[in-house]
Amino acid sequence: MNKTTVKAAFKASLPVMAGYIVLGTGFGVLLSAKGYSYRWAILMCVTMYAGAMQYVGVDILASGASFISAALMTLMVNARHIFYGISMIEKYKNMGWKKWYAAFGLTDETYSLICVDPELPEGADRNVFNFLLTLMNQSYWIMGGFIGAVIGSTVEFNSAGIDFSMTALFVSIFVEQWEKNKDHLPALWGLVVSIVCLLIFGADRFLIPAMLVISVGLFLMKGSIERRALHND
Amino acid sequence: MIDTTHSLILIAVMAGVTMLLRLLPFVLFSKRTPKPILYLGTVLPYSVMAMLVIYCLRNVSLLSGSRGIPEIIAIVLVAVLHKWKHNMLLSILSGTICYMLLIQFVFV
Repeated sequence: MNKTTVKAAFKASLPVMAGYIVLGTGFGVLLSAKGYSYRWAILMCVTMYAGAMQYVGVDILASGASFISAALMTLMVNARHIFYGISMIEKYKNMGWKKWYAAFGLTDETYSLICVDPELPEGADRNVFNFLLTLMNQSYWIMGGFIGAVIGSTVEFNSAGIDFSMTALFVSIFVEQWEKNKDHLPALWGLVVSIVCLLIFGADRFLIPAMLVISVGLFLMKGSIERRALHND
Repeated sequence: MIDTTHSLILIAVMAGVTMLLRLLPFVLFSKRTPKPILYLGTVLPYSVMAMLVIYCLRNVSLLSGSRGIPEIIAIVLVAVLHKWKHNMLLSILSGTICYMLLIQFVFV
């Protein structure tokens, strides 16, 4: 492991640093508001390492959800990771054992940094670079979770309404995606199905039917969505 | 918090499924990826984000209490701010603070 590679990885990780520390802090505060200590925050940041899913996870923990609904929820929220993994198979193939950690730590942000094949200075090892970048990003995330949990349990403040940070996170990602993808059908489909299922099944039971109807509907619309994608290109 | 064992198993389930999704491609599809999986990977994220927004709002009642007005105001703020500045942290922080002020001081 040479200095050039470490330096290059650290430089590449800087844009993610601020984001992960702040988002991680939000997660930590949220989790501690539900009565979980910093140990739980660290445990989740180390083993799950998934931004949106950890925010949802706070809710799943606090409501004492069933294991099957926790599994289904994770499956839906993180399904996109299969796609990230597929596009990294080639890039990671010579990484040896480091490949498995890099695959585990392939978050949206890490993916976005590595998939563009960033230019490296001479003498830097790309396989080590990918590994270190993943490791640094996760360490920022863990730091954030820890800071948030400590703030949440020591600073006295009226935390009513802090749960809205989760809503705000999803709304801003929604806006981001809306602008990136010209075909709004998948987004609108998700919105309509979720609202209808919420009205029919109620707050505690709507998720599983909504997930099923969304997935089946997306398969039925496959032809027309793919045709429109061709037109838009 | 709910009891420790249940919490630990829930975290193990969520971590396990996440890990599975991330490692699976490297184990299974190193040669060829099934078409339906590729397709779902491209479209599902858009539907899911909408579902998650509704999930966050599932306990809001339009007929009683503050009638969802603080939620609507804060969501509009987040959406407009994000469309304008494209700064995730700014959007989340402003929206959350706005919402906390609304429910703690305005719609008490």
